[in-house]
Amino acid sequence: MDAMQFTHLNKTASGARRKTLTQNLVAYSFILPNLLGFATFTLIPMAFSLVLAFMHWDGANVVTWAGLDNFKELISDETFRIALGNTFYYVIGTVPPTMLASLGLALLLNQPLRGRDFFRTTFFFPYVASLVAVAVVWNMLFHPAMGPVNQLLTALGVDGAPRWTASVDWAMPTVIMASIWKGMGYYMVIYLAALQGIPSYLYEAAEIDGANAWQKLRYITLPMLTPATFFVSIMLTIASFKVFDLILVMTGGGPGRATNVLVIHTYNMAFRQFRFGYSSAIAMVLFIIVLIITIVQFRLEKRWVSYM
Amino acid sequence: MHSLPEQTQRGENDMLTFRFRAGAGKVAVYVLLCALAALMLLPFLWMISASLKLDKDVFRFPIQWIPTVPQWNNYVKIWTQIPFLTFFANTAKLTIIITLLQLFTSSFAGYAFAKLEFKGRDLIFLAYIASIAIPWQSYMVPQFIMMRKFDLVDKHTALILLQAFSAFGVFLMRQFFISIPNDIIDAARIDGLSEYGIYFQIMLPLSQPALATLTIFTAVFVWNDFMGPLIYLNTQSLKTIQLGLRMFIMQYSANYALIMAASLVSLIPVTILFLTFQRFFVEGVASTGIKG
Repeated sequence: MDAMQFTHLNKTASGARRKTLTQNLVAYSFILPNLLGFATFTLIPMAFSLVLAFMHWDGANVVTWAGLDNFKELISDETFRIALGNTFYYVIGTVPPTMLASLGLALLLNQPLRGRDFFRTTFFFPYVASLVAVAVVWNMLFHPAMGPVNQLLTALGVDGAPRWTASVDWAMPTVIMASIWKGMGYYMVIYLAALQGIPSYLYEAAEIDGANAWQKLRYITLPMLTPATFFVSIMLTIASFKVFDLILVMTGGGPGRATNVLVIHTYNMAFRQFRFGYSSAIAMVLFIIVLIITIVQFRLEKRWVSYM
Repeated sequence: MHSLPEQTQRGENDMLTFRFRAGAGKVAVYVLLCALAALMLLPFLWMISASLKLDKDVFRFPIQWIPTVPQWNNYVKIWTQIPFLTFFANTAKLTIIITLLQLFTSSFAGYAFAKLEFKGRDLIFLAYIASIAIPWQSYMVPQFIMMRKFDLVDKHTALILLQAFSAFGVFLMRQFFISIPNDIIDAARIDGLSEYGIYFQIMLPLSQPALATLTIFTAVFVWNDFMGPLIYLNTQSLKTIQLGLRMFIMQYSANYALIMAASLVSLIPVTILFLTFQRFFVEGVASTGIKG
């Protein structure tokens, strides 16, 4: 009797095990097509880049151990210091205005308006347009001598209009303007999605209590949007630290080193000077900065983000 | 009883001022929106206008928005000055292959991460999430070295392999599938449908908005990608539209009208794609919970 029960239990146990095994296999068959590619072409290179930062390698000769040499060199590399400063300049110049603009647009477009879809599409469109095309038209519009912007400024009586991307002082602000113009539509869509998730009974209740439009914005909309704001601030910050294409096609990092940012420096070191180890060290510094800032953002999250 | 008509009267007056104020507010909103829309579109309108001019008229001030003699010929010239058609074909090929692979593998994996239990699920998913936060540029060099080892540099295969298995796609699809109630799946299981059956017959049709969103993101990314092709493609006949456009800009730097015509043509496919799928877009972003 006891023995029979035991075998019976054993049977169901192995049956359950077989069931989980099949379950596992079925699940793996779902993720495998993606995981194989992802592991090979993303995870392995990621792990490899950690190692490469501690190596000397020109891509052709033997790899040699560098220890901390690459990181020591960073300290004395003037271009690196300038690129680091420029990266922060770009991030600080881009993130707050883009967030404000995208939030403002979303609030405007969340109302029942005629032609709302047209406006949404219009504001989103620059995000979809290719950077190469956008950069060339910006450079023409802001051409220091012939561009319509400066011609207009001159016609309005402005003396010594800025030389935009041709000037050391104005190159970065010009790039930042282009970046805000291009990116805000995307973040607007994220805000719009979040706005649609705010339950309407909150507004109805506030109206019964006699709240005006400003109070509804201040005490319902903005607090309810904090998760979206948190998400946008993280994504936008990471994206801004990674800025590359826009600068490469608009200014190439110049004039001089005025718009040289960390990724431009990484790219130049790797694909122009073939210093793969040193290039990886710069990339690692970028990664560590992004990591620290993201962690800080998550730490601060509890103080101002309210989840319903 | 006595005061009732008076109150109604006052109420109506209030309504009137309210309506008037709301009306004025609405006009202000429209004026603001139109001004902003003009600002957003101005570079593109200028592009169209410039592309139909002679080079010497492009920068003439004040701007003549509609050229008196439109130079339609500019749009013919660009196809002969540079192998634009080849660039278009290459980019279209890459965009279609990468987008299809991305849709297929991401939605497959996203479903498993959202709705199936298996060993190591959370750990593997964490690896996916972590990779989103890591700048691509920090591992582009090892990636390049690896591709060189595989002898894939200067081949389209390299770009396909690099871009078809993105963590972003898996994340987006998983967020969408998680929002689908488990009851539907349980009911299907009781009806004897296999996991594959559930995926193909129930999940795939339901996930249309998410798939449309992912299609826009992926296709726009691949079509506009500049850095990937810049690093991997050297042979002229393999280059993509963005590289070709860039080459054109460098070579014919003073042919402003032609540059504008070429830029405009390069924008057309993405514009069509975007307009086709955009009605899914806000819905897709909302339903995938990208909103955080």
